[in-house]
Amino acid sequence: MWAILSILVENKPGILFKVTHLFRSRNFNIDSISVGVTNNANYSRMTITTYGDDKQIIQIVKQLDKMIDTVEVKQLDEHKTLFRELCIFNIKLSSANDSMEVNKLVNAYGGKVHDVKKDSLMVELTATPAQIQAFEELVEPFGIIAVARTGVAALQRSGV
Amino acid sequence: METMTGAKALMTAMEKEGVKQVFGLPGGANLPMYDEFARCDIRHILTRHEQSAAHMADGFGRVSRKPGVCFATSGPGATNILTGLATAQADSSPMIAVTGQVPVAMIGKDAFQESDIIGMANPVVKYSFQPRLPGEVPEAVRKGFYIAETGRPGPVLLDIPKDVQQNEAPMDFPDEFTIRGYHPWNDPDLASVQKAVDMLVNSERPIILAGGGTIISSAFAELQSIAETLMIPVVTTFKGKGAFPENHPLSLGPIGMHGHAEANKMMAEADCVLAIGTRFSDRSVGTFEAFEKRLKIIHMDVDPAEIGKNQTTSIAVVGDVRASLRIMVKILLQRSLKKSEDSVWIKHVRETKAYWKENLKIHPGEMGAAKILRKLRELLPKESVVTTEVGQHQMWASLFYDVIQPGTFFSSTGLGTMGWGFPASIGAKVARPDVPVVDIAGDGSFSMTENSLATAVLEDIPVIVFVLNNSTLGMVAQWQRTFYDRRMVGVDQGGCPDYVKLAESYGAQGIRAQSMDELDKAIKSALSSDVATVIDIPIDPEEDVLPFVAPGTSLSDMILPS
Repeated sequence: MWAILSILVENKPGILFKVTHLFRSRNFNIDSISVGVTNNANYSRMTITTYGDDKQIIQIVKQLDKMIDTVEVKQLDEHKTLFRELCIFNIKLSSANDSMEVNKLVNAYGGKVHDVKKDSLMVELTATPAQIQAFEELVEPFGIIAVARTGVAALQRSGV
Repeated sequence: METMTGAKALMTAMEKEGVKQVFGLPGGANLPMYDEFARCDIRHILTRHEQSAAHMADGFGRVSRKPGVCFATSGPGATNILTGLATAQADSSPMIAVTGQVPVAMIGKDAFQESDIIGMANPVVKYSFQPRLPGEVPEAVRKGFYIAETGRPGPVLLDIPKDVQQNEAPMDFPDEFTIRGYHPWNDPDLASVQKAVDMLVNSERPIILAGGGTIISSAFAELQSIAETLMIPVVTTFKGKGAFPENHPLSLGPIGMHGHAEANKMMAEADCVLAIGTRFSDRSVGTFEAFEKRLKIIHMDVDPAEIGKNQTTSIAVVGDVRASLRIMVKILLQRSLKKSEDSVWIKHVRETKAYWKENLKIHPGEMGAAKILRKLRELLPKESVVTTEVGQHQMWASLFYDVIQPGTFFSSTGLGTMGWGFPASIGAKVARPDVPVVDIAGDGSFSMTENSLATAVLEDIPVIVFVLNNSTLGMVAQWQRTFYDRRMVGVDQGGCPDYVKLAESYGAQGIRAQSMDELDKAIKSALSSDVATVIDIPIDPEEDVLPFVAPGTSLSDMILPS
């Protein structure tokens, strides 16, 4: 099971280390992680996506909650959550036709094209990890030179 | 606000916490703190190794239930306490470790005796602080003690850079503080306790499994009241050994890899267990799957993360186990629930206990482990405190040394740290100078921290080290005999050193006991001695600890003495 965890932590040095160390020492896996300060500068929000069965996810949440530097730990329900990831692709172009094809795909996924060169272009895509995965599979045949992903940022929707 | 140095603030804050002594060893980066000992009432107890200082603080903490404090310098001093921190963390022992650190401006420059102890210690402490300004010291101390001793206790590290110790600042010693992400106490849920009572009352073969948490929260009276009211037999984990008087008719002793045969048998036959303050370690329950398959588990623990970690539970009660058990006692009273002692189950338990008392074969020789430990029990006052090292002697102690007064037996059960028992006994004796304190040891473990004899002698802390000496790393040898076709590798201690001479060279009393008669005299002499005593007891290196539940098997599959 894929799970999105939202963790509000004290905005102090060393907390990211402690959280990631917990995953290491408890034999859990981090699929993606994103961290940023919140509107209250005392806190940062970490969004971690991970895999595990129900029992493991519950255990991860409890172990994170037990940490003294975590103020709030929640497993977010995908259906009640806005979650997005930013991904940047550098894609190889072999012909003018390639450029057109890639542009079509980018438009279909609501991405933006940057830095168009004769033999490559860059794509900025903000989407769910599943959409990013689908896009990646579609552009794979053109040749992906490099990819950078931010990890998921997520917030539960209001009133759900 | 008074202006003072960080070092003075540390000592002042510790005095406010009621600290009477510190176990430690000085070095370059903690000298400003050491200088304060010359000007305050806190006693410094010098150790010969920082690891021992940590174990002494740990032993003090377990016995007094207040954090013991150890000091070490930066770099190697700090890394030397890591094993002590890990031991305390594994056994939920309250402890404060204060390390010196290189000055703030030098951190990260690979300075002399610099180590990133905060990073290294992270997985083995409950929390850590590194004040970067002198003014931050008092609050770090206050919070550190609070975190160490509340909820599930554990070790807290204070790493203080040398300039933070030296520099002055106006100091505020706050009584009030907030830690937003720390909620150590949960009120036990009444409805869950009620359900637990129903489940216990309606089960045919209930059993109580008392873990270390029962001892940490001193829930002895509550436990005994519930067991006696509902006529439920009590087994313990090894860490919970002595949570329930082991001479009580309902006591079956510890379960586990080297549990009592009757305890493992009855645990394997029970249909419902009230598990109190235990984390269901593999050493206690054997295979997790076999354990939970046939059992309804009621789990009480102060740590919510322990619920469901190793075992799936039917009913969970999160909260201080003493508070939870008190509610249970009250419910039993209100509902006038009482069970008779003639149930089929209790009769069966009684018969099983009697059978194993009669039929468990012990070493035939005069100086077999069972006879030696029963002699010790016979001669020690019941309020005596016992610590152990790790190995065969530890498991023999579990099998043959009955704890009568609850909360008088301590061992490194989680991490299994050889060399823990002796320094821990020194810490224990500092906490309870009024009672005899004995470290039940093996020669292998005692070798690891034997230089604490210097501390015991010079600081006038007369503990007794009871060495079951088979001149072998006995437990490893037993595994090599059992699982490795008797290929004995790396276990022979070669009769070195001579523990009587060793003790004498430190100014302690050394006695060798080679017969029961000599042992009797040696124990009596140790009990009346005002100096630490080492009793060296040569035993058969071939003696195994039995029963034995092999790793990865279930409690019902015991290897028994043939």
